[in-house]
Amino acid sequence: MPAVRAEKLTKVFDDLRAVDAIDFEIGEGECFGFLGPNGAGKSTTMRMIHCASPITSGELDVLGMAVNGRCREIKAAIGVAPQENNLDPDFTVRRNLTVYGRYFGLPKEVLEERADRLLEFMQLTEKRDERIQDISGGMKRRLIIARAMMNDPRLLILDEPTTGLDPQARHLIWEKVRELKRKKVTVVLTTHYMDEAERLCDRLVIMDHGKIILEGRPRELIDQVIGTDVMEIDEPTDEMETYVKVRGWQYERTIDRMLIYTEEGQNVAAELKERFAMSYYLIRNATLEDVFLRTTGRALVE
Amino acid sequence: MSLISNISWRSMALWKRNRDVFLTTWKTNFLPPFLEPILYLVAMGLGFGALIEADIEYGGRSLEYIKFLAPGLVAISIMYGAFFECTYSSFVRMYYQKTFDAILATPLSLEDIIAGEILWGATKSFINATIVLGVIAAFGYAEFPGLLLIPLISFVGGLMFASLAMLFTALVPNMDSFNYPFFLLITPMFLFSGTFFPLNVLPEWGQQLAMTLPLTHISNMARDLSYNMMSAELAIGAAYVIALTAVCFLASAYLMKKRLVK
Repeated sequence: MPAVRAEKLTKVFDDLRAVDAIDFEIGEGECFGFLGPNGAGKSTTMRMIHCASPITSGELDVLGMAVNGRCREIKAAIGVAPQENNLDPDFTVRRNLTVYGRYFGLPKEVLEERADRLLEFMQLTEKRDERIQDISGGMKRRLIIARAMMNDPRLLILDEPTTGLDPQARHLIWEKVRELKRKKVTVVLTTHYMDEAERLCDRLVIMDHGKIILEGRPRELIDQVIGTDVMEIDEPTDEMETYVKVRGWQYERTIDRMLIYTEEGQNVAAELKERFAMSYYLIRNATLEDVFLRTTGRALVE
Repeated sequence: MSLISNISWRSMALWKRNRDVFLTTWKTNFLPPFLEPILYLVAMGLGFGALIEADIEYGGRSLEYIKFLAPGLVAISIMYGAFFECTYSSFVRMYYQKTFDAILATPLSLEDIIAGEILWGATKSFINATIVLGVIAAFGYAEFPGLLLIPLISFVGGLMFASLAMLFTALVPNMDSFNYPFFLLITPMFLFSGTFFPLNVLPEWGQQLAMTLPLTHISNMARDLSYNMMSAELAIGAAYVIALTAVCFLASAYLMKKRLVK
């Protein structure tokens, strides 16, 4: 049984089709990513999975239960770490965990034991009696993830878990997510950071304008869409572009650069160097970011 | 009626959350309801009351002014306890602290959250009114055994004012907008619900208008019980309170859903 299964899943707000008839399946124990520019429909999809937003049409099953009708059971079995900091400012760090766990109807001993264990897991034990206002942004994110695990969920939703964090805090959260994967917890993740998706996700989808435009394993998507190498050339000339076009190479030209997508970066570079004077260029490995920008376009989404 | 069937015992978890917050600052929470009635009794009862030489006629009894006033203070504390809690405090939790959003990710439904907030609002009325009652009873302005029923009235009346407040919380765009219900509804009730003077001094139309106000019924019930008077007003008041509570609760749950579930 898949952890999440969507068929023709659609969400319409007034006149906006935020999610437009998408199909996907998330396997149990998998880390599954939703990527896409702002307004692509990722967060709306997350909100439908955890029953915060009713679906307009289609089907959506979470842990084998349909979202229309069995919301309480679904919410009891999953954990949600929202994008927004909505920790309870009226309580201390530890109290945030026990009070939250109480919403799940857990007995006191379980609450106490889990709160201590999760504080330890997220390296927050020292901050247990601090007020929420007095801890750092990274600690708040960790506490939100700890809170999402109070009901020992089979499925964990992480909506942009590392946005705005410093590198140390991001790496710590990545470590913890990998640890959860080892424990066979299904993780559903949205992120704007491609390196994060590449490191953590077994499979992912890229969404744009409410549709899924690409689906697969990160490495496969890179190979499929970009190739292995990217050659970046600063301030390319029109002759250079014409040459690249004639050679039939995959490329993209931005305002001040040209990117050539290829399997053999060194050879392409050598060939171009022979014919053109290039002020600066570099050859690097293709990344998921290249896939993302190539498929969703470079125009800014506001 | 899914608005009703979506309510469960889980709403108590929200009630407990609010109780826990209240208890962490209990010293500041218990003092005002204790001191405020004393101030009113001194200023209005002794000070202002000294100007009133004739006794007040109420339900066939004649009373000195301060004794007439005292149950009105209980009624006022019932109104303010729940109304403040479920307007300003609920709005802060809903809008600024995003507490409702966080809890919606747990097995609680939105209806559970609304019900829990209203139960807590009523609890605030119960706590405040019981403290005020204790103060006026200590001065001998409320009598046994009737006064023992007043805490019950304060909880039920609290449910009514909390539901009414939640209705405004579901509707207002921002916190300043609460000035409207306070200015147009709460302050007139505070003054014209038979709290500070008996309604029979008003012209007929004024008395009829006062009978439409929720606080009038709470005030009459509190007063009748304080003087051990078994009157028809107790039954009329109970019917009024139950009906208005039901209507406001359903409307507020419906409007909250419209506001928060997108």
